[in-house]
Amino acid sequence: MVEVVLWGSLADQAEGARKVEVEAGTLRELLDGLGEKFPGLRPELERGVSVSIDGRIYNDSWFQPIAPDSEVVLLKRLKGG
Amino acid sequence: MALDDTKKTRDFKVVGTRPDRPDGIDKVTGRARFGADMVLPGMLTGRILRSPHAHARIKRIDTSKAEALSGVKAVVTRADFGEVPADVADVMDNCMAGDKALYDGHAVAAVAASSPAVARKALKLIEVEYEVLPHVTDVDAATRPDAPVLHEGRQQETVPKGMSANVIARSEFGHGDIETGLKQADRVVARTYRTAATHQGYIEPHACLATMGPDGKADLWVCTQGHYMVRNTCAAILGMEQGQLRVTASEIGGGFGGKTVVFLEPVALMLAKKSGRPVKMVMSRSEVLRATGPTSSTSIDVRIGMTKEGRITAGFAELRYQGGAYPGSPVDMGAMSGFAPYDLENVKTVGWDVVTNRPKAAAYRAPGAPMAAFAIESAIDEAARGFGLDPLEVRLMNGADEGTKASYGPTYPAIGLKATLEAAKTHPHWSAPLGENQGRGVACGFWFNFGGDTCVSLNITPDGTVTVSEGNPDIGGSRASMTMMAAEELGIPYDQVRTIIADTGSLGQNEVTDGSRVTFAVGLATIKAAQAAKAEMCRRAAMVWGIDEDAVEWADGAARPAGPNAGKFPPMTLKEIAAIASNTGGPIAGHHEVNAEGAGVSFATHMVDVELDPDTGSTKILRYTVFQDAGKAVHPSYVEGQFQGGAVQGIGWALNEEYIYGEDGILQNAGFLDYRIPVASDLPMIDTVILEIPNPGHPYGVRGVGETSIVPPLAAIANAVSAAAGVRMTQLPMSPPRVLAALQAQADG
Amino acid sequence: MSQIHVTTKINGDETEFLCEPEDTLLDVLRDRLGLTGTKEGCGTGDCGACSVAVDGRLVCSCLMLGAEAEGREVATIEGMAKGDQLHPLQRKFIEMAALQCGICTPGILVAAQSLLERNPDPSEEEVRYWLAGNLCRCTGYDKIIRAVMETAADMRRAS
Repeated sequence: MVEVVLWGSLADQAEGARKVEVEAGTLRELLDGLGEKFPGLRPELERGVSVSIDGRIYNDSWFQPIAPDSEVVLLKRLKGG
Repeated sequence: MALDDTKKTRDFKVVGTRPDRPDGIDKVTGRARFGADMVLPGMLTGRILRSPHAHARIKRIDTSKAEALSGVKAVVTRADFGEVPADVADVMDNCMAGDKALYDGHAVAAVAASSPAVARKALKLIEVEYEVLPHVTDVDAATRPDAPVLHEGRQQETVPKGMSANVIARSEFGHGDIETGLKQADRVVARTYRTAATHQGYIEPHACLATMGPDGKADLWVCTQGHYMVRNTCAAILGMEQGQLRVTASEIGGGFGGKTVVFLEPVALMLAKKSGRPVKMVMSRSEVLRATGPTSSTSIDVRIGMTKEGRITAGFAELRYQGGAYPGSPVDMGAMSGFAPYDLENVKTVGWDVVTNRPKAAAYRAPGAPMAAFAIESAIDEAARGFGLDPLEVRLMNGADEGTKASYGPTYPAIGLKATLEAAKTHPHWSAPLGENQGRGVACGFWFNFGGDTCVSLNITPDGTVTVSEGNPDIGGSRASMTMMAAEELGIPYDQVRTIIADTGSLGQNEVTDGSRVTFAVGLATIKAAQAAKAEMCRRAAMVWGIDEDAVEWADGAARPAGPNAGKFPPMTLKEIAAIASNTGGPIAGHHEVNAEGAGVSFATHMVDVELDPDTGSTKILRYTVFQDAGKAVHPSYVEGQFQGGAVQGIGWALNEEYIYGEDGILQNAGFLDYRIPVASDLPMIDTVILEIPNPGHPYGVRGVGETSIVPPLAAIANAVSAAAGVRMTQLPMSPPRVLAALQAQADG
Repeated sequence: MSQIHVTTKINGDETEFLCEPEDTLLDVLRDRLGLTGTKEGCGTGDCGACSVAVDGRLVCSCLMLGAEAEGREVATIEGMAKGDQLHPLQRKFIEMAALQCGICTPGILVAAQSLLERNPDPSEEEVRYWLAGNLCRCTGYDKIIRAVMETAADMRRAS
């Protein structure tokens, strides 16, 4: 199980939990798992998110491995100029 | 894919030096071709008709008189485009209005004609019947329940019921408990701050030249930060296959985020399609200001709790950003970044995305972050000064470090914030004496940086020189950086490598030149492409020597036998291997395609001295120093240039620049005379200190540098002006009338 | 609509062109003569990207009519280098990284050349005020000012 930290208002869409656990070994499994377990998260996941895994930011790499003890934080999709 | 092969002890030969940029001569002789510099035989002039109203229903457009004018070859309205995919619907609507014009300057029709004079005349012959609607341009006014509504049905599920439909989204970040933290404070600073919308202010107006044949194959020449983005967006809007549209990026005369979206390009293609002729479109400066991406204007509430020793016990900010006529202001970035420099137990930010009758906000250098930093760094400064504490020491005491849980969630790896603060503390600027009416301010700033899709193709020519093809427009000297990294990796001189920006037909997908990503991501791909070419050259040498390829290594521009059993052969240079490439298997190349994830965050501290004129309220910048972590400065001159340019854009934002709307919702200062960006005589030299805390995600340790430098200046200058004035400035720009009013209010007690 | 015939000298070359009465000198240079090194940033004389010298005087070519070039001598960025020999200002701008995007660079070089012709030993303040009509959004001007001052010093030493 991977523990995922949600941002404050996203927790409202996940039954109020700031930290949730999903079964995932990769970024894709993580995002799919979150959407399945917490349907309230789906609109935000569809709008796109960035994910911090052990302090590094990932956007799209489905097969980025996630270790069970990784620090995983969901972020709003990052945009730059 | 992230990489962990940083060689911290590596001795660089090329990286870190300051060679001439490869495109230098083109740019000092006028030979470089920018967006408006291209011509084609039979070319028409395209022009856009723009809404004179801030908000109006378009009831009818009659183009018949314009079409009948001699020399007019095509007229385009929204009806020509039909339905477009949902993910480009707002972009389409911004390029050409549908049912409603949503801001002063919104495009409503376009013509292509044989000359500029005919095009201008044709625009006057287009009849548009408008039903003028009530409008709103202020962010706070737009959130009121009775505000005129731009769009129905766009509000996200994140917004509480009962709010104006103009409030599109709400998001909240942070950890701990604010009220608990505030109770631990000896002092709480609570203020509301406001910032005006500013424009990126690139000197080159948007320009493009489109052609399209009856077979649907099209070519586009355009000044943009991302020609692959232009291709993909235009193809979606026009219903084309991406491969049928070849986009070539011109030299780009500045962008700063403002050229990361399309404005003219789909219209030019449609005009070219209808007319069967090449169509060139160039915006005027007033069109640039009225209709292309400014940044958000904002209204931000901050509460900071601090102990008398200077420890921040709670940090709270509620940020309202208007993003113009469509959803998607950069408020989330502001809310995530504002407290990022600090290690806080209790921190919370709330962001509100709001639409108004203004041009759609485009990204502007660290989008969303400078305004949040202005508000938060001002409040921290006020709290620190209230206790008579040193603002640098307070920032050091609360500063984030490796292992700190960031306000936006993750735990930081090695970061450079404290290094910038320590450098600031020991810099002579910090101890320089100040005179009457003068003040000093400091502020910190943070930016994420990122990577994204990137392709580089590196080819070895038969005579042993090297060409690098990359897909990101060179906006500030990045060809030099790529050339340097290729030369470094191959162990050959800088002048034996030439880097070009390839068109969309020549490489795979490349993310836009944004997010401070190019030196990081394209650099990474360049290094990997060079490594691939080196491996192939080692293989060729092994064939010639008749040894195992594992027994060959590359060093100083040559393949060399390595290991005890490799045999004794003289090194074979890149040139020697290139010369026999046809005999050893064919041309030699290396390429690398990657979604370059794992960019490193960066921090800066800015220090500024100002002097106020008590009679006029005008502010003079006396001294300015930037301290920033670059990870690794590939070409230090251009790193310094990024620091200096960002600081000066921040100076303009802090002191002068402002979108001014009248009661009628019309932009009143759509020109460089009244929208005043900093000029040479406004400024001192901008001193820079480059810190290098390597990014473990890049082979040479590179972090992005382009954006962070605009994050601290708004706050640093506000802190300096407030110190000089003896009164806290909470609204930008701190224009002379505003400073004078503050001084007079203080004098009146 | 009748076009005006103009005879002028551009970068030392006798040049004739036809232009509309409303065409600016900038329009003529860019669209009729193919001299696109002179840039349009605003069209209202506020940015200096279109700087040229007319009879030795620095002007914004967007504020002058093409027809007014009759009998004058116009110097543009294309005439600054002599053959393959860059002007010292051009050389120094590259060496000192005094450009980023490069769109303002032609106008700034033309303006700086005009300054050094009048004042071979300008102070920093004089350089800043002389170039105050030339907007640069990338560099913050620091490296531009330094490059002009260093070029002036080099040229003084060489003369």
